Amino acid sequence: MSDPVIAIVGAGPAGLRAAETLALAGLRPVLFDEAERPGGQIYRQPPPGAERPGAAIYGLEAGKAQAVHAILPTLGERIDHRAGTLVWNVFEGRLDTLRAGAFAHQPFDRLILATGAMDRVIPFPGWTTPGVFTLGGAQIALKAQGVSIGRRVAFVGAGPLLPLVAHQYAKAGAEVVAVLDVTPFGAKLRSAAGMLAQPSTLAKGLYYVARNALGRARRASGVRAIRVEGEGRVAALAWTDHKGAEHRVACDAVGASFGLRSESQLADLAGCTFAFDALTRQWAPVRAPDGRSSREDVFLAGDGAGIGGADVAELQGRRVALTVLQDVGRPVDVAEVARLDSALARQAQFRAALEGAYPYPEHLVAAVADDEILCRCEGVTAGALRDVVRHKGAAEVNRVKAFTRIGMGRCQGRVCGHAAAELVALERGCPVEDAGRLRGQPPVKPIPVLGGFS
Amino acid sequence: MTAAADAPLFHRLASRAGPLVSFTIDGAPATAQAGDLLMTAILLNRPALRRFEFGEAHRAGFCFMAACQDCWVTLADGGRVRACTTLVRNGMAVLIDGDARV
Repeated sequence: MSDPVIAIVGAGPAGLRAAETLALAGLRPVLFDEAERPGGQIYRQPPPGAERPGAAIYGLEAGKAQAVHAILPTLGERIDHRAGTLVWNVFEGRLDTLRAGAFAHQPFDRLILATGAMDRVIPFPGWTTPGVFTLGGAQIALKAQGVSIGRRVAFVGAGPLLPLVAHQYAKAGAEVVAVLDVTPFGAKLRSAAGMLAQPSTLAKGLYYVARNALGRARRASGVRAIRVEGEGRVAALAWTDHKGAEHRVACDAVGASFGLRSESQLADLAGCTFAFDALTRQWAPVRAPDGRSSREDVFLAGDGAGIGGADVAELQGRRVALTVLQDVGRPVDVAEVARLDSALARQAQFRAALEGAYPYPEHLVAAVADDEILCRCEGVTAGALRDVVRHKGAAEVNRVKAFTRIGMGRCQGRVCGHAAAELVALERGCPVEDAGRLRGQPPVKPIPVLGGFS
Repeated sequence: MTAAADAPLFHRLASRAGPLVSFTIDGAPATAQAGDLLMTAILLNRPALRRFEFGEAHRAGFCFMAACQDCWVTLADGGRVRACTTLVRNGMAVLIDGDARV
């Protein structure tokens, strides 16, 4: 009997560790990744010609990045790496793929989805002005290209990425003029005890905060009513402090985002059951501790099924591979299973505390004005959403999509979907989980029209 | 201090050796470096990547990780590419507001 086909989507820390574990057990997994070079977003590698020393790119995480990057060169042909290949659909045990204009299919016996995450976006006045990027986008400009998004950069957001990106920019020589947290500082103090379960991460967070405090950047927590000023390009970032006083800092670029959201479209197309996570206020495919989804042939690892960060992604990648090995009748090291389960349990405790440190900034969603662009792809406003909720009985986001095209543009709701659900919930006065979630549709990213139907 | 309306958006912090790449934006010559993504190459020369097709505005990309699809730019040969995942190449002709030579 021939070996089962194990397909993996995503060559970030989760997908790479899963592939490594399977390859070392004697299987040859097929690893699909949209990028040409492995590493995912967190350990994103510069393209050929733009390489720099690892320490300059990844800082304190350089050792981890290099270890993850070494997996494919070390294992060579034992992993079937399909670089630069978009997986745009999952259908009846088969992946639909696109590589450099060429369409293909990949049947699988088992599928591991390690599709990662992107920034969670909340609209605010001026957020579509050229020069406003997500915090993750600002970070990639620096990591992958050695450029800053502007000459005077302001950062605003919620989540551990905010102090990290600000620190990385300052260290690289950028002029950082403001680091503004839309969540209250008190929440961080209350969560500190939980974070002690993972002292190295806590120490790193404190290190970044302390380093930032040394700079000339304006720093504030609990800021509200953020807005970007400037016509055609960014001129300033303005905000209101917790006492209601107005502040403003001149800048020519802004990094802004509010936590992370899972890239879960393929899990949706694969038929996985989703559940709402109240802590992070988002839907994610249901994942058991051993990486199983609700489907027997689909497995989940990393941020694509709930945000855990890069270290958790590596652990989950290894763990899910052991589950798959067991399912296909290969021997599994039970001591390794126990070790991984114990490490993942410790990380889960820390993650809960971290999420508590950055409570969801509901005040930003409540402040979105009717004329604010909600759908970045097609310029549909928040007012258009409220109108169909109020007057056409659109009680959940898929109905809103049918009426307004919100979530139907090129990004398929990656940018607007979260905020759209929050706005529907506010308009109806219901919990956000009752506002539903946008259903995934193939293709999950733009593809040439003719090829997709060939 | 406000940046001039047509000043480039990005700023190169890590200089590196390597060949230069010549391309054009709306027919005007522009220079980048091998290893620059098209998004980087354009925004080191200009304040935006493209016109917004649903209103009077320009866009300059947003997520830089192939998720938001905000950075699709038009080339003079009729092609469209996602600027955050496409390397700049010699001779590329990018159209933002139209070709000045037309």
